[in-house]
Parts: sequence; C-alpha cells; structure tokens
Amino acid sequence: MNLKNKWPKYYKKDVVTHYCPGCGHGIAHRIVAEVLEELDVGDRAICVNPAGCAVLAYRYFDIDMLESAHGRGTAMATGIKRARPDLFVFSYQGDGDLSAIGTAETIHSANRGEHISVIFINNAVYGMTGGQMAPTTLVGQKTTTSPSGRNPDYEGYPLHITDVVASFPGVVYAERVAVDTPAGIRKTKKAVTNAFRCQIDGIGYSIVEILSPCPTNWKMNTIESYKWVTEEMTKEFPLGVLTDKREKKK
Amino acid sequence: MNKIFISGNHTFGEAAIRAGCKCYFGYPITPQNELGEYMADRLRKSGGIFVQSESETAAINMVVGASAAGARVMTSSSSPGISLKQEGISFLAGFELPAVIINVMRGGPGLGNIAPAQGDYFQATRGGGHGDYRTPVLAPASVQEIADLTIVAFEIADKYRTPVMLISDGMMGQMKEPVIFPEHVKDLPQKEWALSGRGKGKSRYLASLILDPLEMERHNWKLVRKYKEIEKNEVRHEEYMMEDAEIAVIAYGTTARIAKGAIKRVRSEGIKAGLIRPITLWPFPSRALKDISERIKKFIVFEMSTGQMLEDVQLALAGKASVSFHGRPGGVIPTPAEFARYIYRENQKENKCL
Ligand SMILES: Cc1ncc(C[n+]2csc(CCOP(=O)(O)OP(=O)(O)O)c2C)c(N)n1
Ligand code: SF4
Repeated sequence: MNLKNKWPKYYKKDVVTHYCPGCGHGIAHRIVAEVLEELDVGDRAICVNPAGCAVLAYRYFDIDMLESAHGRGTAMATGIKRARPDLFVFSYQGDGDLSAIGTAETIHSANRGEHISVIFINNAVYGMTGGQMAPTTLVGQKTTTSPSGRNPDYEGYPLHITDVVASFPGVVYAERVAVDTPAGIRKTKKAVTNAFRCQIDGIGYSIVEILSPCPTNWKMNTIESYKWVTEEMTKEFPLGVLTDKREKKK
Repeated sequence: MNKIFISGNHTFGEAAIRAGCKCYFGYPITPQNELGEYMADRLRKSGGIFVQSESETAAINMVVGASAAGARVMTSSSSPGISLKQEGISFLAGFELPAVIINVMRGGPGLGNIAPAQGDYFQATRGGGHGDYRTPVLAPASVQEIADLTIVAFEIADKYRTPVMLISDGMMGQMKEPVIFPEHVKDLPQKEWALSGRGKGKSRYLASLILDPLEMERHNWKLVRKYKEIEKNEVRHEEYMMEDAEIAVIAYGTTARIAKGAIKRVRSEGIKAGLIRPITLWPFPSRALKDISERIKKFIVFEMSTGQMLEDVQLALAGKASVSFHGRPGGVIPTPAEFARYIYRENQKENKCL
C-alpha cells in the first residue's frame, strides 16, 4: 500500500487547533481544504465562517475568509457572490447558526438559487456556547437546556432543514453525510466535491450536511461519540443524496 | 447639465448610481419603497445588482458581503427596518467596511406610522448597534442636497472605511424638486484591502472577534482615532440669517425647512432669529454652536421628536446660553406659522426677564 501524508495547500501549517480532541470540525476542514486544491479554486475562494466553534476557522484555512454575524453566513455569501461572480464563495456553518438563528437566510439564499456552496456541520448541539439544545437535537437527547432530554411535546422535533431546501428548484445538489468512519469521510469528500463543482459549473446552490461528533458537549469519549453518530444520529438524519438536479441544469 | 424634477427617494437611487454604487440590497417598507423600486429598474439596467432580500437583517448582511468584496454598496429602509440592520452596522464598523445606509424615518416607536418623523436621531448618532463605535450621519434638507450628500456619503464611507448613514423622513422622500445631478463618478478608489481570493499572495481574513481584551482595546482606540479624524474633517452645517441674529434656531432636515419659513415670519415682526442647520448630525457642529454662544444667548431647538438633538445642543453649549425646545413627534408636521408663534412667545418671555 502506498501511504503518503500530503499537507493540503490551503490548510495552514504550524497551527495548534482550538477544536476539542475528537471534534468533527477538524476532519471537515481538512476535507474542504483538499477539495479546494483538487478543484483548483482555492486561489479565488472566499469562505464565510460562522459564529460557532468554527469562528476561528481562518486560523486553519489558507484562503480569504470573512467572519459572519451569527446565522447570516449565506446572506454575506450572497453579497460577495453577487458583487464578484468570478469568486468561489462558500459558507461554513453549524446547526444553530444555519438552522436556528439563520433559518430565513438559509431558506431564501437556497430558494434564490444563489451560486454559492454551503458546508453545514450538524452536531446536534450548540457547541461553542456550551452544549445547549439545537434545532437538530435528537428526541430524548440531554443538553444543558433540555436537561431531562428533548421532549417533542415541549421542545418540538429535530429540524431537517437540508430536506426542506433540497425540495427547492434552485438547489442543485444536497447530500447528507457523516464523518464517523473512514468510509464516511471518503463519502463526505465526494459530496463536497460534487457540491463545489455545481458552483464551478455555474449551475446553482449546493449544500452538504455533515453529521459531526461533539464529544465535549455530548459528554462522551471520542470513540463513543463516533459510534453515537453512526448508531443514533443517522437514525434521525438518514445519510444520502437528498437532491441531485445537476443533469437537468447543465 | 439637465435639471430634472424628481422625488427624494428616486434621487437617493440616482445619485448612488452616479456615485458608482454597484449593489443595492433592501426590503420594502413605506415611506421609502420608491427607492428600492428605482434600484430594481435603474441599477440593474446600468449593470448593477439589485436583490430584494427576505428581511432588513439579510439585506445589511448582503451589504457586508458585497462591501468586503470591494463594491460600493447601499441599503435603505425606514425606522423599524433600520432597527433590524443595527447588528450588521455594528459588524461593518468593527470590520471597518464602507457602506451607505439610508433611513427615511417615520413615526415610532414600534410600527408607529408612515408619516414623517425625526425620532431615530439617537439611534443614528449614538451608534445604534452594540459596541463602541460611531456612524457618520448626513441629513439633507432638499432634494438637491439628497443628490449631493448621497455622493458625499459614498466618499466618506470609502475614505474612512466606515458605514455612513443618510437620514431623512417621509416628507423628504416623497417630495419632488428640481435637481441637477453631477456626472457619473469615473475613478472609484482602489481597495487593496478587499477580499478577492488570495491568488498567488497571502490569504487574508476579516474578523470582528478579538478575544484578547488588550487587542480589542487597541482596535477600539484605533477606531476612535479614525472618528477623531472624521470629527476634524467632515463636520458640516449651514447658517441662515445668522449675521445679525439674536435668537438661534437649531433644526435639521425637514424641520430646518419649516424653521426657515418661521424665521422669515418673525423677522417681519422685528424679531431677529436665524437658523443653524447641522448637515452632519455626527459629527455634530458643536464647535460652531459654541462659537456662536459667545454672542447669542438664546437657542431654540426644533425637531419632529420629543427632543433628541436637543441633548447634543445642550452638550455643545455647556450652559453658556439658554436652550428651549419645540417638538412635534409621532408623524405630525409642524407648520411655519406654528413654529413662528413659538419663537414669538419665547422672545416675549426673554424680554419679560430683562
Ligand atoms: C446574535 C447572537 N446570538 C447568540 C450568539 C452566541 N452564539 C455563538 S455561537 C452559538 C451557537 C453555535 O452553535 P452551532 O451553530 O451549532 O455551532 P457549533 O459551535 O456547534 O459548531 C451561539 C448561540 C451570537 N454570537 N450572536
Ligand atoms: S465544543 Fe464540540 S463542536 Fe466545539 S470544538 Fe469542542 S467538540 Fe468541536
């Protein structure tokens, strides 16, 4: 077997990560950086990073970056892309950012079919603020603000926002993946590649939802948290391509 | 140069296009809808971008994105919508990004009404959003001045890398007057700082999160140094019949126009009143007021609010002259006759005291 560890061109060297041990954000970052290089778009890329654990993503991505107000990433990405259609623009957002406070921006940027790409990290909690309930929190899941477990009668059911936007004509590609296993990581990379290609081909909006462990706020060790993605999260959020209109749009 | 007869709202749009505004993002709200509609037609026809956003919040964040990418960009709204934009304006200030924001004010608080008012003075001049920042605020008092100051707003925004606000009201927005527009701006400033992809160079980022308090403090003081420059260079005001005045009226925008009518009336009865009209509300023409208070001891502040600019006047005069206030909030438009009566009464009071 020919193993090699090639450092992605668009990932900064010699930086110490602020992400917790076992966090899925780091894996997602590396995948994005690799795809930017493989598709040769990093030089003209702008990433809009969120308020959330990835607020410091500019420490790692070696591309131009714009921090967003909580939830407003796709509105900012819209502004950049409309002003500079020649740039490659993507947002990177958590589930609180994208599907709670930023729901309107998410839905309407998708419905306008903005030529942007969205990387959506679903870790079923608010990571940065200390593990509160997110719209994606599973039924029964304990968080700091649903201490006896999410009760649908009281807190409602998990929100499947990617399924919602996948139904829009302007959304060319939507897929849900997970970084829970080596196979899942390979699939994630393929999904990000497909999504980014939609923008390169100028055919519309794409989104990849990545189920991602947050061992710290799930109060699990790393191995347990990856298992929990595989065994529990994927039951609520089944993996797969949610829409693929690429052939129709080309 | 052609004179055209045009409304205030359309003039904001036409002047912005001539100033090289490339993108406009906004959400409908009365009494400024004609501005968005103008941009939907004219800005797009001139090769620019118009997007009707899903909310004012989305609009201001689109503005942030387009500005970060180097475009001259504008949004407009009326009072309730401006409240929603405040978070984004705070980010523009923190990022040091230029943008022009227009507030065609209406009665408030809450939904209020759609009649002209000046109740958003505090919000505009005190920063409005969270954090330690200032926003230059320009207040035109004629449709011609809307054209001129819109262009100035873009220049100040780019020169100092700051959001700039233009405030007017439903009356200024709806009113038609003859306007001469300047030619299209030819050379837009180069923006080396704009994000445009790293290319072969180093990557850059714009972040307002500064976790280290000492570093955040340094950023705050850096902004203050910039605001001091703006205070030094950009204060504007107009004086009307002030040469021999014994009473100084302070009013801006629509109320300044009404005040001029009132001043003409009281002068015909021998009362020597004049007008100081702040054109920039921040920075406020405090220096000019202070100088004038050396010779005039009676000031009257006149606003379509319950008294907001009043506080800036009191601060500027620092007790060196008496200040009284006449205000009509809620969308009521005072008449020149009404305000003339107020000046007349104030003048009588003064004489009794002597
Ligand atoms: C307007 C506003 N409200 C609240 C916050 C606080 N806040 C920062 S990040 C965050 C939630 C982050 O959760 P998520 O988007 O799921 O990302 P994660 O940290 O889990 O990656 C919140 C509530 C904020 N920054 N701005
Ligand atoms: S809190 Fe959770 S999402 Fe945030 S860095 Fe830690 S593990 Fe990752």
